[in-house]
Amino acid sequence: MANIKLTNLNKSYGLVHILKDVNLDIKSGEFVVFVGPSGCGKSTLLRSICGLESITSGTLEIDKAVVNEVPPSKRGIAMVFQSYALYPHMSVYENISFALENQGVPRDEIKKRVEKVADMLQLTPYLARLPKALSGGQRQRVAIGRAIVRGAKVFLFDEPLSNLDAALRVQTRMEIAKLKRDMPNTTMIYVTHDQVEAMTLADRIVVLQAGRVEQVGTPMELYEKPGNTFVAGFIGSPKMNLITGAPAERERCKTMGVRPEHLEIANKASSGAISGTVEYTEVLGSDSFIYVATDHGIITARENGRTAVKHGDKVHLKPMDDQVHRFDDNGKRIEGK
Amino acid sequence: MWDRIKLEPSRFALHLAVIIIVALWTLPTAGLLVSSLRDKNLIATSGWWTALKTTDRSGQGRTKDSTAAVEQDGKFVITGNIFDGSENATGNIKAFGTRVAKPDEFPAGATATYEDGRTLVVNGDGTYTYTSPVKFEEGRGQRVFYITSMPPKFTTENYSNVLFSEGIGRSFVNSLTVTIPATIIPILIAAFAAYALAWMKIPGRGFMIAVVVGLLVVPLQMSLIPLLKLYNATGFLSKTYLGIWLAHTGFGLPFAIYLLRSYIAGLPRDLIESAQVDGANDFKIFRRIILPLSFPALASFAIFQFLWVWNDLLVAIVFLGTEPDKTVLTYKLNSLLGSRGGNWEILTASAFITIIVPLLVFFSLQRYFVRGLLAGSVKGG
Repeated sequence: MANIKLTNLNKSYGLVHILKDVNLDIKSGEFVVFVGPSGCGKSTLLRSICGLESITSGTLEIDKAVVNEVPPSKRGIAMVFQSYALYPHMSVYENISFALENQGVPRDEIKKRVEKVADMLQLTPYLARLPKALSGGQRQRVAIGRAIVRGAKVFLFDEPLSNLDAALRVQTRMEIAKLKRDMPNTTMIYVTHDQVEAMTLADRIVVLQAGRVEQVGTPMELYEKPGNTFVAGFIGSPKMNLITGAPAERERCKTMGVRPEHLEIANKASSGAISGTVEYTEVLGSDSFIYVATDHGIITARENGRTAVKHGDKVHLKPMDDQVHRFDDNGKRIEGK
Repeated sequence: MWDRIKLEPSRFALHLAVIIIVALWTLPTAGLLVSSLRDKNLIATSGWWTALKTTDRSGQGRTKDSTAAVEQDGKFVITGNIFDGSENATGNIKAFGTRVAKPDEFPAGATATYEDGRTLVVNGDGTYTYTSPVKFEEGRGQRVFYITSMPPKFTTENYSNVLFSEGIGRSFVNSLTVTIPATIIPILIAAFAAYALAWMKIPGRGFMIAVVVGLLVVPLQMSLIPLLKLYNATGFLSKTYLGIWLAHTGFGLPFAIYLLRSYIAGLPRDLIESAQVDGANDFKIFRRIILPLSFPALASFAIFQFLWVWNDLLVAIVFLGTEPDKTVLTYKLNSLLGSRGGNWEILTASAFITIIVPLLVFFSLQRYFVRGLLAGSVKGG
């Protein structure tokens, strides 16, 4: 059980301002994902919560206690590093038990807890091995085991899947989701640049850009009601089409946003449709992506299954009703019609 | 394997270079070892590469003079051993002769006949019978030339000789007494310093690192006199083992800190942060994470420092002195070169005793150079 509250949190390295006035309220037991492009400060924010980076100004509270100056080991948190950071000269058992040993937990109690965690993560056969004798997925599980064994209230994950290959990544993603289900009271904060991980794992997503929080919300909120053009372009794959000019003016906004899956492809021109020539198609089997060159730039559309259109075809793209996002001059979302 | 070498000329050149280097290094060492185990007479006559062959050597002797002659059956006979009276002559006589130009004229045991009817028989073991039909008149004995064959002979006598009568044994113990603490003390100090300078947030850390790097280039000779004056002033440090340990520690520390700091600073940051999150304090991180992972660097420095201290002559003479009970091997070897310069068996055995310890140290620690201790800690691995 741990609430985490960030109030006007700032972080600078000398003159470089990394985190700018971050305000965030994370409820106990929540799974929060920080996403953003490279260099947006998401890892720095995580490390500040962990205590590995000092906070320049503002406050960080865990369970209503300000912990700005509390060392990492006293914050009741556990961290899973991107590189796993397993101690290479220690066996899996010693890796998992190291934190308990530091806390002065009695030896038989350590043994009991390590064995329980190993059982939970299917690591029991490997307890005597060194990390170098493990596969990538097993190393990942040891890193998670190290976090679990301490009974931490908050788990921090720093891009934990980025070192795994694609197949293992999907499997480990599901294991993390299951882990969260098994530990409903543990607050988890997860940093990634992969929006699929963000969408599938998160209770709430925090989108960061250049050290600022752009939007906080559930995955569906972000998908359905992106608060600004950055979030609109960042969440969703392929990217949302952001169209300016005449079509946007028709919708009485500066920028009009339509997701590729919300565009209908017609052969005949009609009112509200944008015309163009097919530049390129990607057929994936389950769906096809069609890139159309128009007067307003390249627009992406999606069709289910295979597509009939070919390179060079003239097509007309019409947004579906009620699926148009409107943004004002500052890129902010305009609610209503 | 040969196919691959043919395909890659650069690899071939590398292999060739390695072979040459190994040969250049190993051959003299092997020669020294072989020589030190050979009989001293053999060392003087032939090279170490003939150690396994029987060596021929020519020599000469003289029979006893006429006073030793005995009359037997109407003939006059002189008997004896041709080796008597010449110090270094040993071995088996293979052949002998009556003229210096043909020392191998007659095989051992054959009878040589002189023009005046005298006969000479020389046997393999050196015994001879010199017979004359008339009474020997001349005052001196007859000169005899012979070829001896010396079979290969190996002995540890040289070693027992230098260890127990030449004083090398005592110096060996002294050298160890100097070298072992003078290697361990700087490692202990430098490892702590290196961790602090690499990972702890101390004000002025950069300046301290710069000072250490600066000290690397201070010549040792510059500090000898001030240090010696300081030692003499304190009294209890001059000419003691403690004094020389501290001197070697001081001279070794800049390099030790520099080397270990670079290595420790290169350890993955995640490991140290992970240990911090796991609740380990600096001392625990040092002891449980840094020290075990830095073993290759510690071993490298240990080898460097050990060799340097073991081979050192200057610091030992200055800080330990040259009293017989405190001389180190290098000093002893130097004085043996002067006093026993011609006795190769002494010099080779002493030299080999001197290099055997560095060899052992190197071979026992070298595997840590090549072993990647970090494998498996981070991705890929």
